Amino acid sequence: MNLIIKNGRVIDPSQGIDDTLDVVVENGLIKDIGRDLQTPAGVEVIDGGGKFVVPGLIDMHVHLRDPGLEYKEDIISGTRAAVSGGFTSVCCMPNTKPAIDNKAIVSYIINKARTEGFCNVFPIGAITYGLQGDRMSEMGELKESGCVAVSDDGHPVANSELMRRALEYARGMGILVITHAEDLTLVGEGVMNEGFTSTEIGLKGIPRVAEDIATARDVMLAEYTKSPIHIAHVSTEGSVQVIREAKARGVQVTCETAPHYFTLTDDAVRGYNTNAKMNPPLREKHDVAAVKAGLKDGTIDAIATDHAPHHLDDKDVEFNAAMNGIVGLETSLPLSLALVNEGVLTLSQLVEKMSFNPSKILNLQRGTLKVGSIADLTVIDPAVEWTVAADALASKSKNSPWLGQQMKGAAAATIVSGKLVFNGR
Amino acid sequence: MAAEKTVILDGAGVRRALTRISHEILERNKGLANVVLIGIRSGGAYLAAEIGDSLAVIEGEKAAVGAVDITLYRDDISGQIPHLPVGKTEIPFSLEGKKVILVDDVLFTGRTIRAAMDALMDHGRPDSIQLAVLIDRGHRELPIRADFVGRNVPTSLKENVQVIFDSENKPVEVILEK
Amino acid sequence: MADFKHKDIIALRDLTKEEIERLLTTAESMREINNRDIKKVPTLRGKTIINLFYEASTRTRTSFEIAGKRLSADTVNITPSSSSATKGETLADTALNLLAMKPDIIVMRHAVSGSHYFLSKKLPSCSIINAGDGTHEHPSQGLLDMLTMKDKFGRLDNLKVAIIGDITHSRVARSNIQGLTKMGSQVFLAGPPTMMPPGAELLGNVTVCCTMKEAIQDADVVMMLRIQQERQGKTLMPNAREYSRYFGLNPENIKLAKPDAMVMHPGPINRGVEMSSYVVDGDQSHVLKQVENGVAVRMAMLYHVCGGELE
Repeated sequence: MNLIIKNGRVIDPSQGIDDTLDVVVENGLIKDIGRDLQTPAGVEVIDGGGKFVVPGLIDMHVHLRDPGLEYKEDIISGTRAAVSGGFTSVCCMPNTKPAIDNKAIVSYIINKARTEGFCNVFPIGAITYGLQGDRMSEMGELKESGCVAVSDDGHPVANSELMRRALEYARGMGILVITHAEDLTLVGEGVMNEGFTSTEIGLKGIPRVAEDIATARDVMLAEYTKSPIHIAHVSTEGSVQVIREAKARGVQVTCETAPHYFTLTDDAVRGYNTNAKMNPPLREKHDVAAVKAGLKDGTIDAIATDHAPHHLDDKDVEFNAAMNGIVGLETSLPLSLALVNEGVLTLSQLVEKMSFNPSKILNLQRGTLKVGSIADLTVIDPAVEWTVAADALASKSKNSPWLGQQMKGAAAATIVSGKLVFNGR
Repeated sequence: MAAEKTVILDGAGVRRALTRISHEILERNKGLANVVLIGIRSGGAYLAAEIGDSLAVIEGEKAAVGAVDITLYRDDISGQIPHLPVGKTEIPFSLEGKKVILVDDVLFTGRTIRAAMDALMDHGRPDSIQLAVLIDRGHRELPIRADFVGRNVPTSLKENVQVIFDSENKPVEVILEK
Repeated sequence: MADFKHKDIIALRDLTKEEIERLLTTAESMREINNRDIKKVPTLRGKTIINLFYEASTRTRTSFEIAGKRLSADTVNITPSSSSATKGETLADTALNLLAMKPDIIVMRHAVSGSHYFLSKKLPSCSIINAGDGTHEHPSQGLLDMLTMKDKFGRLDNLKVAIIGDITHSRVARSNIQGLTKMGSQVFLAGPPTMMPPGAELLGNVTVCCTMKEAIQDADVVMMLRIQQERQGKTLMPNAREYSRYFGLNPENIKLAKPDAMVMHPGPINRGVEMSSYVVDGDQSHVLKQVENGVAVRMAMLYHVCGGELE
């Protein structure tokens, strides 16, 4: 299927483009991009008027729960949620059952995504076998079979020696390590951010220094081993500062944050709202401000959702018993667009953080609209207003802290390898 | 529309009625031996104090005076939303072998008296309970009658009888609201 | 005085000053029942109260049970054993099963803060009373503490109340801070910094003190909190010996408080740790009065929630 997107505001940071242009897609590739292009015969025409046309959005941090936890999400529902939210690629974390720590699981995911999924799925393998933090997984084979990075997301690698060796070994294999930076001894039994809110409502707190320390350790290990590292879901002022300083020193560190860390504070937990329970936890106002500053000055490279679907049974329980995480694929775009309206990011910077940078960090060969590149595109309607409703979410799980709230902006069309996979709600 | 108020007993009338009741109590009980006064909160308790004073003047000796709050003994608690405030029951003496004069301001359905008698029984076993009321307005729903009545006032169910007390809890007058 | 119109009593944070006053006034009236031969009124006849205790507590559970029985309610104690937790029944399912028995009030103690709000949402037709939730609140304890103070001082405003111990893990401290602040008193907290939660000074009319001395200086009330090794673990203090040396109440440092200061403790007491026996058994100790007031306060709570609005 070939198509043309006419008169959209095309934003492509890879080429420095921000202009009203037409984009022609043919045989899954970008055929042409320019002003007032001829509409070839027999192609589908998408009206880009009033819309943004950007390289397909990439979410480098999602949990698809497949295999093993399909009651929460699977590759089909997860990728449907992704394209509904404007994403053309997602990278899925290895905490499945069994974990993504061997070729068979990687192949299963890639095949299922290719045959039944709606968008590109790039698996992230485990750093350690079974995410046990005990011995290194076969990173070489994981890379060869299709993993784009390794991570023990959700289970920080506590052993510093093991983390050091993993960084060195991964460098040798040419695969990136993504770290979930938290010092578990400081996390303890904590269930939310430690601060006045936790004091008042009597929930055990997780001090922000738990993240700061682990970020500092991992950055220093990366520096020492001269290896690249990517810090997942940065949520604290301290972490942002550690990464900012490391980047200034020339450490090969990149990082991401999630929309909830620049949108919500731990006040959202009040009322013991389990849909505001995640790990790392929602922090305080000055952390939100620091995360925004980090996005603005480039310390934070990417916006990822940490899409963590959970069944009602895992959330409709007393607070301590509730599982960590929220769904994010379908709300990330409007929440991130708000950063542009607030003046935190330019539109072009936003596209960098949601497409170009994730592609670059993981070497996905996407995130661009250069002629000849793979035709992954997202057409964004920045003005449409809609309300987050559980029934309307494509994800199997509805654990969103924004249920019932108004959003502005949404994907109008999502195109994966030249195929229109989502055509607005 | 404001309720129409009629004074059915003025201050002097109340005093005369209480004095008469005091005399009747003394006559019936042949003095004050073993007689105790217990008023039902809140109007009855104020009147019990008045009768107590009056008895002291007439007889030269004092009867023990207590107060009972019947909130916890009401028969309509289940339907109350919200539950009524609970007053204090103060009976700092034993009721065993006593002749209890139970005092209330207005006798109406009899349900308050039923509750008060249950409350008293939980405090011990008096020899007898006699009932003194300032006003009997009729419309009994239980087989209860007063032994001493200040004034019988025939009323309709729509009317309301109220004993008014001043800031020192002394009775001022009795009014009928239509 | 404002009517008490709550279906549940989960936290003193949720109540107004007037509502707390109403509960205390009712408790004062209830006390009369506990002092006579027939310690029973027919008020809650036909009502069913379930005491659902996920954490062991002889004192609080017994107190609620007696309170319910003195109001003529049928009280049933359920102590889900640790084995039933492993059977996998969730709190929600337990609650729905209990609901099938048509209780009017569930009195629950649970290790998870806020679980009573969860239970209340699941059981809109049943009143929920919090008998302690995690490290959040223990409203009946807060109320009985305030009643005990009111008995002595005749008021609850302008008192200087020192609370000493593990504030972070204390639901008793939180309820007292909420209640006393609303009544117009001042709370002074002291404890090792390892046991002082961030932002404690923002909880109400609260001053966080560096030393115990500073907190109890000229105090009207000195409230000592229980040290529980299982809560404080290995990292919050070296041992009980050193704790008692710096944060224990003894015949010497109690002299810093006002001469007629009252000493309180929610119990059970670790003699020689939080308080020396000379203080526990001394003239200023109000520990047993607290227990006595517990029944009256809980009767007041049971009475008023039963008349709460059922929406």
